[in-house]
Amino acid sequence: MSLTHKITFALNGKPVRADADVASSALELLRGAFELGGTKLACGEGECGACTIIVDGRSRNSCLMPAVDLEGREVLTVEGLWREDGIDPVQQAFVDEGAIQCGFCTPGMIMQTKYLLSRNPDLTAEEAERGLEGNVCRCTGYKKIIAAAIGAGTGARD
Amino acid sequence: MLPQNKCPPEIEDYVSAQSLAEAVAAMADGQGSALAGGSDLWAQKDSGNGRMRKRLVNINRVPDLRGVSEAGGVIRLGALTTMTELLESTLLRDKVPVLAKTADRFASSQIRNVATIGGNIANASPAGDAVLPLIGLDAQVELVSKRGKRSLPLDSFFRGPGKTVMEADELIAAVEFATPPKGFHGVFCKSGPRPALEISVVAMCLTGILKGGKLTGPRLVFGAVGPTPMRCVKTEALIDGKALDDALIAEALAIMATEIAPIDDFRASKWYRTQMAQTFLEAELNACR
Ligand SMILES: Cc1cc2nc3c(=O)[nH]c(=O)nc-3n(C[C@H](O)[C@H](O)[C@H](O)COP(=O)(O)OP(=O)(O)OC[C@H]3O[C@@H](n4cnc5c(N)ncnc54)[C@H](O)[C@@H]3O)c2cc1C
Ligand code: FES
Ligand code: FES
Repeated sequence: MSLTHKITFALNGKPVRADADVASSALELLRGAFELGGTKLACGEGECGACTIIVDGRSRNSCLMPAVDLEGREVLTVEGLWREDGIDPVQQAFVDEGAIQCGFCTPGMIMQTKYLLSRNPDLTAEEAERGLEGNVCRCTGYKKIIAAAIGAGTGARD
Repeated sequence: MLPQNKCPPEIEDYVSAQSLAEAVAAMADGQGSALAGGSDLWAQKDSGNGRMRKRLVNINRVPDLRGVSEAGGVIRLGALTTMTELLESTLLRDKVPVLAKTADRFASSQIRNVATIGGNIANASPAGDAVLPLIGLDAQVELVSKRGKRSLPLDSFFRGPGKTVMEADELIAAVEFATPPKGFHGVFCKSGPRPALEISVVAMCLTGILKGGKLTGPRLVFGAVGPTPMRCVKTEALIDGKALDDALIAEALAIMATEIAPIDDFRASKWYRTQMAQTFLEAELNACR
């Protein structure tokens, strides 16, 4: 039997509890016990960004985060972007720019863009490119993703 | 993925330390693995090559291991200082920009948000980037254990890939270095086809006091060209305080090549690493003229 540890944290604005397997990642806990499939597993090694979530205001790769380290933290996943009045402006910008093909990288791209805009609502193309370096897309060629990141920024400002 | 015949060690115990005393107590029997950002520990966990011990000791909630501060002409970086903090700290940006320059070439935004100084040092990868400018700043590393505290030069900390002088019951508490004086010059160079998310094929840090085209008290440290960070003391002595003319630079490049010990591996050949090291050094010495 693997060792578990009880944790409580805030998940998309709601307090939650879990019995976290000490050897498992935050990604496994979110996708497993919490059935939040938006956060994707691709490389499992911190290289691709498909698993990006925002923890205490900072983006990170949930595949490299031990689940037990979620204790006491505020966690935002792509599911947490849902609003009463529709989707998040960052999601809308990805739709508007056609920055999605297969969509597998998209939640990670959107969460990282969300983080970048929280630090700097007015991204230049270079800042968007540098900020999304840890997010890999095998489909789009990135141009539309960068355009969406910049477009979402202006949207967030007005 | 699990390579065949290798099993990840079972984690038998978990401690979430809330204070330095709790963290040190959990490490005391030498069976603990500290968890900081996890970007090495968790990435290596399933490979069977990692250094995960029986007890996972989460140090992220220990306030004494955090923070960037300056007092009495000494700058102190808590072990949990992240690469993002190196980029964002106004104190460091003003007084030690070489740390931000290094962090800017480190991994990705997501990894920089979690990767700590303590983890970079303890992991002791020959390609660890953040250790280079810290050696260039003559940093001391402070270790704590139940037995007490000790400080030693970071330069004497590494013994080989993944090997250090740190005992199994010790934690890195902080690194400290003198606030760089006026005229301090520090550069960091790293090779790789992309600006970031690249394990260094060659990295170099050069520091010193730059005045009138001369570099005084230079420190020259390379990453990924030997089993540990490689400090080139003969090259440092050669250029110390001298006018950096073509002849001296040529001599420096030749001597430096005898001080590094690059190997051939899947990332690059020994030949390529030596050429890159010389290219970096030549460019940066020329930039000092
Ligand atoms: C995708 C990716 C890209 C990367 N890119 C780079 C790069 O560009 N440059 C680079 O240098 N590295 C890179 N790394 C490696 C890694 O991010 C760094 O070495 C980082 O600084 C490790 O810090 P951490 O806090 O995540 O350490 P952890 O993974 O938490 O710990 C690493 C090791 O140090 C020990 N440890 C941690 N803190 C302490 C402490 N205070 N006292 C004693 N022991 C301690 C742990 O027990 C473990 O053995 C990369 C890693 C990934 C996954
Ligand atoms: S799945 Fe986490 S970075 Fe690729
Ligand atoms: S849209 Fe398919 S991976 Fe990016």
